[in-house]
Amino acid sequence: MMSEDKLLEIKDLTVEYRTVDGVVHAVTDLNISIGKGQTLGLVGETGAGKTTTVKSIMRILPDPPAKIVSGEILFEGEDLLKKPESHMREIRGEKISMIFQDPMTSLNPTIPVLDQISEAIVLHNKITKQEAEQRAGDMLELVGIRRERGSDYPHQFSGGMKQRVVIAMALACNPQLLIADEPTTALDVTIQAQVLELMKEIIRTRDTSVIMITHDLGIVAEICDYVAIMYAGEVVEYGTLRQVFENPKHPYTVGLFGCIPDLYAEDDALIPIKGLMPDPVNLPEGCRFHPRCNQVCEKCSRERPHMVEIEPGHFVNCHLMVPETEQGGEQDV
Amino acid sequence: MSEKLIEVNNLKKYFKTKNGLLHAVDDVSFHIDKGETLGLVGESGCGKSTLGRAIIRLSDPTAGEVIFHGQDITKLSAREMMKIRQNMQIVFQDPYASLDGRKNLFESIAEPLKVQKVFSNNADLEKKVFELMDTVGLARRLANTYPHELDGGRRQRVGVARALALNPEFMVLDEPVSALDVSIQAQIINLLEELQDKLGLTYLFISHDLSVVKHISDRIAVMYLGKMVELTDYKTIFNDPLHPYTQALLSAIPVPRLDVKRERIILQGDVPSPVNPKPGCRFAGRCMFCQDRCREEEPELKEYSPGHFAACHRAMELKESGGKAE
Amino acid sequence: MTQNNAAASAPVQETYKKRGQGKEIWRRFRRSKSAMLGLFILLTLIFMAVFAGVLTPYDPTEPDVPIRLMKPFVDSAHILGTDELGRDIFTRLCFGARISLAVGLIAVSISLIGGITLGSLAGYYGGTLDNVIMRFIDILMAIPSILLNISIVAAMGQGLQNVMIAIGISSMPGYCRIMRASILSLKDQEFIEASRAAGASDFHIIVHHIIPNCLAPLIVQATLRVGGSILACASLSFIGVGIVPPTPEWGAMLSTGRDFLRDAPHLTTIPGITIMLAVLCMNFIGDGLRDALDPKLKN
Repeated sequence: MMSEDKLLEIKDLTVEYRTVDGVVHAVTDLNISIGKGQTLGLVGETGAGKTTTVKSIMRILPDPPAKIVSGEILFEGEDLLKKPESHMREIRGEKISMIFQDPMTSLNPTIPVLDQISEAIVLHNKITKQEAEQRAGDMLELVGIRRERGSDYPHQFSGGMKQRVVIAMALACNPQLLIADEPTTALDVTIQAQVLELMKEIIRTRDTSVIMITHDLGIVAEICDYVAIMYAGEVVEYGTLRQVFENPKHPYTVGLFGCIPDLYAEDDALIPIKGLMPDPVNLPEGCRFHPRCNQVCEKCSRERPHMVEIEPGHFVNCHLMVPETEQGGEQDV
Repeated sequence: MSEKLIEVNNLKKYFKTKNGLLHAVDDVSFHIDKGETLGLVGESGCGKSTLGRAIIRLSDPTAGEVIFHGQDITKLSAREMMKIRQNMQIVFQDPYASLDGRKNLFESIAEPLKVQKVFSNNADLEKKVFELMDTVGLARRLANTYPHELDGGRRQRVGVARALALNPEFMVLDEPVSALDVSIQAQIINLLEELQDKLGLTYLFISHDLSVVKHISDRIAVMYLGKMVELTDYKTIFNDPLHPYTQALLSAIPVPRLDVKRERIILQGDVPSPVNPKPGCRFAGRCMFCQDRCREEEPELKEYSPGHFAACHRAMELKESGGKAE
Repeated sequence: MTQNNAAASAPVQETYKKRGQGKEIWRRFRRSKSAMLGLFILLTLIFMAVFAGVLTPYDPTEPDVPIRLMKPFVDSAHILGTDELGRDIFTRLCFGARISLAVGLIAVSISLIGGITLGSLAGYYGGTLDNVIMRFIDILMAIPSILLNISIVAAMGQGLQNVMIAIGISSMPGYCRIMRASILSLKDQEFIEASRAAGASDFHIIVHHIIPNCLAPLIVQATLRVGGSILACASLSFIGVGIVPPTPEWGAMLSTGRDFLRDAPHLTTIPGITIMLAVLCMNFIGDGLRDALDPKLKN
């Protein structure tokens, strides 16, 4: 999708969970890529397949029941899915690291935070314990925590501070790719603002690529360069922040914006998307969104749509779209 | 003028803890008019849920009075309260936790009617439950399903139906949409608004999400650490907030628009503990406009313009200087 | 998601007819093979107890010394052999089932009722009441149960009824603690608050919400204790404060057979296997029941 330096490229990824109730189609034919120093927002509701996608990148899906059926995940040109587990262990934490939603459960309550950070550093670098502790202290300062507090235990920190520690830990080995899975969802608004500010600062100064999973379009607007909107295991719209926010094309994307009360509009009637998320065991035929779509046509229930590039870099997975090259006038949504 | 349905005067709710008294709600006064929605916002631990529960006496307030229809309900006996309960109901945040997993949907909705012995025969009860299910948009065929078989949105509809069962006048909505996905959240918000129009309900809408609160409320109250710091109509609070905390809170919300450029106020530090709070303004420790006076003297909730209350010593001064620190 | 399936497959209906709870539970119970096997064994044992007089021509207490210590499966007249006094073992097993099953079930019911009541009071109301009840329970737990049984029987006098009461009291602490712990975790949940907001009384909340939600661990504990009670009764008999010989009782049979372990092992093994079967079938039934009572495990 982007021609310049790709750090990570996911091609046709399909992941299923094989359960007693049937096959859960968690992710289907997913294509996304991210360049060096870029920030990609992965947006979708519960069950859209966001977390499954990033867990496949880290290769930490529970197998069984999860099964990567097909696809490639190219990181610096090499397919992560073909790597032996021992090699993956080196990549995890050192080149790709992850921040989870709940800072309470990502830290070991019995070890002081500085030791937890330096442990990660020693694991991936051949340096002495003193050097590692020095670097861990630097990391704490980077995320705005005084070095002296390193000897404190996680329970002595508040929720926002814990998430800072988690971020420090994730950045300790200077990874090329940082995956943040709803990093601020568990935090209060003013604390969320602090953490987002910190992440923006880090992205700007460290040239780290970030995949940000969130359901909050506001957070995306704040820190992402690119956006992928997911629905029922598929990317339905992909483009730059400006393309997707100013010119949303897929009916689901448009619907999502209609569901959020607008702080700055006087009249902000909500236009909900009708119906419910489909059962991932029993997905609708054709376009997966068609039972909830307000512009559904006869073709939608029959045929699966394909990604159409409606303007350079802006892809939409919908029958209503006509490729840029063929179209006379743009179809309005 | 509209009439007052509920008046809360100097309400306090303290909890005893190992380290001292936890001031969950500290001397809060306000009223709610009939048919209006009062939004109550604040961050976790600010006492908004405790306040909501104390108003309908799910927990007994430590001090203060709650006047409902001219009657102070904090002084009623348990038996008298049981009758009043019909008029004040609550919808909880987590629709999964607020339904008994071993009761099917019909039993859950019917429970309040059975407890209050509204109907003497089963046919009437059944009719009423089905009417309620229609009202909140639940298909009748779902009557026999259990909560775990339903999705979050439908579960919350059950929660709403239960609360409506006794035809209340007043409902406390405690974060009713926070646990739901955005597309479902919008469905429930619209349902709540429709019900209010149709049944003339009065809401106390508790949430941490300011954009949702602004959408649904007529007036909005902001709480910080057990205190009400600002109270006014929904437009003024967004266009002309007086309290520095309200300003910071507003600026902290991520907005899904690219055309809005805002100056963000990043508050330093965390919310302090509500156990044995220090004298003076509760917000003093994080406030960029804090002066000596703020640390010593507790500001009162004062009316700055008609209907616009704020609890800040420097509200007027800051407003005149355009919110700039000296 | 999967919820939609369940919702869609429910029959379309305009009037509410509750899916028969009992039928539903039975349907789910039947699906568990082990539970059905347990039920079969239990019914067989009950059948033996009820029709003991019809099933065998012998008297369970009348000695017939000439044919003492007959090996099992040798003589079709005494299919399980005879004991040290020449009494037919099968006959004694059948009659013994009356006492042993009664002790198991009634003692468990006594402790279940006592434990649930005390545990609910302690957990739900807390404070001083909780302290008083739980300290009393601690005292019960501190005394070895055999000693406790002996002292209760000694105080109240010998006899089947008092043995059952004694065993019931001494196994109460387990239920009480389980009940209290479940209530503590349940009582702050929102559905309890929701019920209170509807104006429900404490009694309504305990009976309609708390007990059904605590049932699973209680059932498991109860079925485990059935076997324990039979054994406790046996040890009381062995000491001489329980069932008085020659009344047939499985535990007593087991302990008197001990003296003949070398020469006639069937005197101990046969009642031993029967007790084991009874315990096993109760555990199977308990597991099946716990799953059947949980609507979440429907599929």
